[in-house]
Amino acid sequence: MKRRLRAWGPGLLLVSPSLLALGVFVYVFLGWNIRVSFTSWRGQKPVYDWVGARNYTELFGNERFQIDVRNLAVFTLVFIGGSLALGFCMALLLEKGVRGENFFRSVFLFPMAISFIATAIIWRWLLNNGSGSSTAGLNRLFANLGLEFLRSDWHKTPSTWAIAAIALPAGWALSGYVMALFLAGMRAVPEELREAARVDGATEPRVFWHVVRPLLLPVLMSAVVILAHISMKTFDLFYAIDQGNLRIDTPALYMWFTTFQPGFYARGATIATLLLFGIAVVIVPYIWYSIRSERRQ
Amino acid sequence: MPYSRRGVLALGMTAALFALPACSSGANSNGGGSGNDKEVEVFSWWVGAGEKEGLEAMIADFTKKNSDIKFNNAGVAGGAGTNAKTVLATRLQAKNPPDSYQVHAGKELASDIEAGYVEDLTYLYEREGWKEKFPKGLVEAITVGGKLYSVPVNIHRSNLLWFNPATLQKAGIAAPPKTWAEFLTQAATLKSKNVTALSIGPGWTQKHLLENVLLGELGADMYTGLWDGSVDWKSPKVIAALSTYTKVLGFSDLKSAAADWQPALDKVVDGSAAYNVMGDWADGYLKGAKALKFKTGYDVVATPGSTGVYNFLSDSFTLPVGAPHKGAAEKWLVECGSTEGQDLFNPQKGSVPARIDADKSKYTDYLAAALAEWQNPQTKIVGSLAHGVVANNAWNGEIDTALQIFVQDTNVGKFADAVAKAYQANK
Repeated sequence: MKRRLRAWGPGLLLVSPSLLALGVFVYVFLGWNIRVSFTSWRGQKPVYDWVGARNYTELFGNERFQIDVRNLAVFTLVFIGGSLALGFCMALLLEKGVRGENFFRSVFLFPMAISFIATAIIWRWLLNNGSGSSTAGLNRLFANLGLEFLRSDWHKTPSTWAIAAIALPAGWALSGYVMALFLAGMRAVPEELREAARVDGATEPRVFWHVVRPLLLPVLMSAVVILAHISMKTFDLFYAIDQGNLRIDTPALYMWFTTFQPGFYARGATIATLLLFGIAVVIVPYIWYSIRSERRQ
Repeated sequence: MPYSRRGVLALGMTAALFALPACSSGANSNGGGSGNDKEVEVFSWWVGAGEKEGLEAMIADFTKKNSDIKFNNAGVAGGAGTNAKTVLATRLQAKNPPDSYQVHAGKELASDIEAGYVEDLTYLYEREGWKEKFPKGLVEAITVGGKLYSVPVNIHRSNLLWFNPATLQKAGIAAPPKTWAEFLTQAATLKSKNVTALSIGPGWTQKHLLENVLLGELGADMYTGLWDGSVDWKSPKVIAALSTYTKVLGFSDLKSAAADWQPALDKVVDGSAAYNVMGDWADGYLKGAKALKFKTGYDVVATPGSTGVYNFLSDSFTLPVGAPHKGAAEKWLVECGSTEGQDLFNPQKGSVPARIDADKSKYTDYLAAALAEWQNPQTKIVGSLAHGVVANNAWNGEIDTALQIFVQDTNVGKFADAVAKAYQANK
């Protein structure tokens, strides 16, 4: 016992502050939030009663929440699909060994270094849908290039797909990161494996398909998990591009809008809890998978 | 030696890690309690151009009168106080209130009153004789359960229609519309000449327009009845007014709405739009940032159907329960309610003083006309929805959601129903 303490003690003691801080500021508050989602807390004074699942059933019948969930699904789909496709293509091109690879890698990666709020301010202007003399942003660019048919109302389109326009700035910001992930994954494939395939007479596309692609699966999984949780928690991008436009409203925005100013604390906590479970659905299998594969090694 | 060197090192470092945050927290705690009235912390969102200068002028006058009190200006930036209100809510819940905080006068304060966060200030009104110095309509609008909880500093007007005289002339329109029906006729003419009749901005400006269409179509009394439950939202007259609103929106540039109120006004300035409904803070923007001349470069009338009605909103200050420096806070509130304080603040902010005995010579151009109307006993006073006077925060938040759905599906009956239901649930 004493020996074990000697071995574990100092290490445990060192991480204890961060463990404690994590425990209190993440997990205790997480539990508190879930508790609040079962109360009738409205207004400034906290109320800790028990109303069962009423907040949840009310929320599922709430028109704005239904719109939000649909928006989030559309956004997640377009954002993940777009970022993966774009990031993968960029990685593939760079992997072939272009001149000035370092330069391009940085150029593609830089948008991620810009905060979402700044990205949103720039893209709010780029996605301006004014027409006639007040044409601006991307539409102006299209008009100057003689590509008027590409003109779009972007996120102000009266359609359920309007939120897909926001995947443009989000994808712009994160496809470089996906590229970096894929590039690292491709570089990690041992050259001997490719050589062996080539010796066996495989063409380059076949080498890629049968040797590189299977080894990229873990990378793809982490990319999807990272993008999915970003898509669920993103707030600032939507908020700054068009505040209060329900076509680009998501549960994360509704949570903020309904909690602090109007004071529907219980409803806000319910949305937060649902978001947590949404993210858990994506992340828990991923953690389980990585623990299992680590053990196997 | 029972402890290894590694263990001692770890213990030392752990202790150091715990001590780090403790160092900074010591500086935050102040004396608390009463007795110490040597400073006053005032919480506001007045950090933007105009309002900042106004607040500073008022602070200077305050410290001149109370040289022994140190003024602590706790300003939080962010449009219309949305950020400040979030910060404030956490402070109030943590029982760490400032000595006084800014709030829109009226129902916006209702949840704080319910939670017992603010002191009843009726005694201060009686001591300072404010009940006679503020217009009756204003005092009624900010009285909750027979008590007064805040001191209004300034008065803004919501029901204003801004236009560029040159644009109207070019379109052959003699005068701005007197009713919303006349507006719709003019809008058709303007449309045929490729001018947008009405420019609009983000969600809250759409709510701002809604309240003024309702006011113009229903009249002051029925409008006020909408907010206390005495007028049914689903009654035929209200439904008709709501359909007028959808028609008005139909002539606006809602599809390419501006990102904020200033760019929406810019369209009126450059002549691509004829009208814009906005509060009187637009005056400061057009006169200051755009350097336009009142009457020639831009002009303003009451929104259609609301002549002689002052749809007001007001910034006011409170006394929180448990304010650390109560005596000093009272002195600040006296400053807020005084003629000197209000006359220093308002010309800078571009609003009129709440008091009816303010010095008229300090207000020029638009403000002179506004002050004359505010001080006129014939003027009817109603409160603004979009700016927190007539609906509590919960109801207002639900109206926001319903309105955003309404402007997209223009389903009048559904909107009226949603608003009425939200009133029942949150009154």
